[in-house]
Amino acid sequence: MKKVKFLSTVVLATLLFTACSKDDDNPEPVNEEEVLTTMTVTLTPQAGGTPIMLQTKDLDGDGPNAPEVTVSGNLTVGAIYNGVIVLLNETVSPPENITEEVEEEAKDHQFFYTIGSGLDVTTEPSNFDGDGNPLGTEFTLTATTASSGTLTFTLRHLPTKPNTGLGDAGGETDIAATFNVTVQ
Amino acid sequence: MRNYAFLILLFSSISSISQNCDNTLSGTVTDLHDGSLLIGATLIVAGTEQAVQTDFDGKFIIPNLCNGTYSIQVSHPYCLTKGFTVKISGNTTKSFKLEHHLEELNQITVEGKAYSIKSKTILENTISKEELERFSSGSLGDALNSLSGVSSLNTGNTVIKPLINGLHSSRVVIINNGVRMEDQEWGAEHAPSIDINSVGNLTLIKGAGALQYSGDAVGGVIVVEASKVPVKDSLYGKTQFAAASNGRGSSLTSQLTKSNQNGWYASVQGTLKRFGDFEAPDYVLSNTGIFERNASLNVGLNRFDYGIEAYYSLFKNEIGILRASHVGGAQDQIRAINSDRPLIIDDFTYQINAPRQNVTHHLARIKGFKRFENLGKLSLQYDFQRNNRLEFDIRRGANKDNASVDLQLDTHTLLLDLDSHLTDIITLKTGVTAKYQNNFADPTTGVRRLIPDYDKYDLGIYAVADYRLNDQWLFEVGGRIDYTSMDVFKFYRTSFWEARNYDNLFPEIVVQVLDNQVLTNPQLNFYNGSGTLGATYSFGADYKLFVNYSIASRAPNPSELFSEGLHHSASRIELGDLSFNSEIGHKASLTFQRDNDIFSFSINPYVNTISDFIVIEPTEIQQTVRGNFQVWEYRQTNAQLLGVDVDASYAFAENLKFTHQFSLVKGYDRTRDEPLISLPPVNTQNEIVYQNPQFKNIRLSLQSEYNFRQNEYPNNNFEVFIPETQTMEVVDLSTPTDAYHLFNFNSSIDFRATEKAILTVGFKITNLLNTSYRNYLNRLRYYADDLGRNFLLNFKINY
Repeated sequence: MKKVKFLSTVVLATLLFTACSKDDDNPEPVNEEEVLTTMTVTLTPQAGGTPIMLQTKDLDGDGPNAPEVTVSGNLTVGAIYNGVIVLLNETVSPPENITEEVEEEAKDHQFFYTIGSGLDVTTEPSNFDGDGNPLGTEFTLTATTASSGTLTFTLRHLPTKPNTGLGDAGGETDIAATFNVTVQ
Repeated sequence: MRNYAFLILLFSSISSISQNCDNTLSGTVTDLHDGSLLIGATLIVAGTEQAVQTDFDGKFIIPNLCNGTYSIQVSHPYCLTKGFTVKISGNTTKSFKLEHHLEELNQITVEGKAYSIKSKTILENTISKEELERFSSGSLGDALNSLSGVSSLNTGNTVIKPLINGLHSSRVVIINNGVRMEDQEWGAEHAPSIDINSVGNLTLIKGAGALQYSGDAVGGVIVVEASKVPVKDSLYGKTQFAAASNGRGSSLTSQLTKSNQNGWYASVQGTLKRFGDFEAPDYVLSNTGIFERNASLNVGLNRFDYGIEAYYSLFKNEIGILRASHVGGAQDQIRAINSDRPLIIDDFTYQINAPRQNVTHHLARIKGFKRFENLGKLSLQYDFQRNNRLEFDIRRGANKDNASVDLQLDTHTLLLDLDSHLTDIITLKTGVTAKYQNNFADPTTGVRRLIPDYDKYDLGIYAVADYRLNDQWLFEVGGRIDYTSMDVFKFYRTSFWEARNYDNLFPEIVVQVLDNQVLTNPQLNFYNGSGTLGATYSFGADYKLFVNYSIASRAPNPSELFSEGLHHSASRIELGDLSFNSEIGHKASLTFQRDNDIFSFSINPYVNTISDFIVIEPTEIQQTVRGNFQVWEYRQTNAQLLGVDVDASYAFAENLKFTHQFSLVKGYDRTRDEPLISLPPVNTQNEIVYQNPQFKNIRLSLQSEYNFRQNEYPNNNFEVFIPETQTMEVVDLSTPTDAYHLFNFNSSIDFRATEKAILTVGFKITNLLNTSYRNYLNRLRYYADDLGRNFLLNFKINY
């Protein structure tokens, strides 16, 4: 009995002491590699002039802060714009350009443009994947008449291609950002 | 052993030299295990060939003995015969102990009695080996589901988590061969890492009454034990093969045991299980396959008064998670919920792609015991567990094949237990537990840690005593104190750290400030007390009443404390709270039981009042660049669960039996006065069984399983803006599924394959009518129907 008691005390003590003597190395931080913090849509008038920037930026990713949404100006009636979408992960430094990854996996991605009811513009994707289906990180936008409303950009991962729009595209939403846009 | 005894008898007959020969030898014959008196044991004195039997009190007197040494053979129909050498000097008293085992190990005649009772004042539910074998190709959760009061929280059809009287996860403690399973059980989508085929006996204790195992089982304790090995020369085994149409898979399991008269034994067991995509009545449930590989080894020495055992088991499981359940955000959720069919249906395949889980669990245990004459049975156990959990999500770019979650949980436990019979009527169980646990979250996943790195120390001490007043009354009382200390390294997002005001509340724990994260070192200590008090009253020939009150205290688990971020598999943001304290459950339960060959029943009402109950519930919608996500926050509240479990069986005729089960549980948040989420709806199971042991032990059964609709639930719906339609739409996560009714058919027949081997062939159909249904407790109910009809064929050979 005594022996057992003694033995168990020894084992217990060894266990606790070895357990306590841990090294003081702090764990490594993890910087999310797949976080999209920033989407910038640059609309450059084909006829020349100041580009319009639509941006949504959420530096804490899925943290509590809401994204900051900015629209640099209004669109001009009748103008045609070349649109370019850039996706960044700004939690790492230097910021990582996610658009490149999306373009490399063009077949697995597609951007969709949803025009709110009040807004009178048209959009057309201008870059495509290897199968000739739209990718949409580049597009053209025509501001038809004076109006205002929402313009939503949705990036779907692994959509059904080809498709007729968001309704039958399936896949998962990687980005969904809505901007209030005015044409005047 | 018998030969040995005879040898002693032969040789020792010489020593009886005639002299003063009117001495007596008196004493008792008792069971070595529980000290119970053995009635009708035969004692034969070698040389004189005198034979006497013990009386109703286990007492004997052998007259007319001379001074000197005698050999006495003691035998009993249910025990191993043993020879003793006794020195007679005047009137001598001597007590003999026999190992009362043979009968108990014969599973066919006395099923289940080979396992000790875990709690004496709570009715235990057990599942016999025979019953377990019918679930060979399923999981532990499936088998537990067959008990009243147990349901399961499912993620699809492969991750099946037991829910006892409405409680699950950290509130349900699973003891696997004496080892408390430590396998990140806090996650709702984490199933227990136990191979059902390695289980010899399964016991369920609804409540915290079994304090020798833990004090934090607010919900209950599940005790899994391997089959016991008899102390006799034998080599036996079992191989079972099951094939199922749904999932187009099979499982193969085999077990071989070598036992020896001298107490040594070894047992080896292995299982291989592979299934492809399962199917609902109308479509394939894409990416729901499973690939499971398990092995266990058991070597030991079991002597009358001492023994040692080493056990090792490996559990490895790869599980596919329904592809259509992986959604990006609230907008995707609406699309999925509004669609009748899963959004992704591919052709059947055995391939398991992301999202998937890959779990490996090693368990090693070494245990020794020794019985001391006046002290009792002292056991010492050390065990080590290593649980590695990998979760693969749908990812982009270079990370495509990397796990999103990679956790390794190592646990060392030391247990010292003493079981003593203080007197004939009082037994006392005492013990201490020391545990060290380390969790390591691999940072190379490129995803912020779901569970932080931590070291955890636990120290527990318990005592449980029972007192048998008379044949009617038995009382039980017990207490346990646990101390838990956690040393954690946790990275918080700066924005969350500040939003929660942690920067003012806990500035002292900050170790390092990075660009957008803060490294902190929380050190948390919890002191938990738990206790049990109960009585059992037996009356009439068949009636018993169990009354029990128990208190359980549970320290918050790492996910309740530290969650902070998007939980991909649930498609929601989960937030824990660093300032939580232990939740304390008070459970009062009453069981009225009639145990009879013709008509048996048990009725078990209970009330479980839990203060500081930790619940997770939705609080707001958070916008991210990825879209909108619902935020679920843990909070503490006061909860109460009330319910009743009913079991009944009635034998119409010799071979025909009807069984009935009914479970009801209601749970409320008493602070907010609203129902609790994810509580099982009322359900009832009714079965007619025909079994004829005279004719190849044929067994036919038809079972009906009716699940009502859950009518009490909190409303967690929320609205989200849909750009396509320019409208706000409700994401309906709350509305429970409709009631459903399933029929199952089960049959089996035994054949004598060779002289020693018995072949059992089983045929089973589950969901006989191919009913389309969704289960309220299936987390994937938003996305797909549950399993359709399944034909199962089962071959088992015992040799």
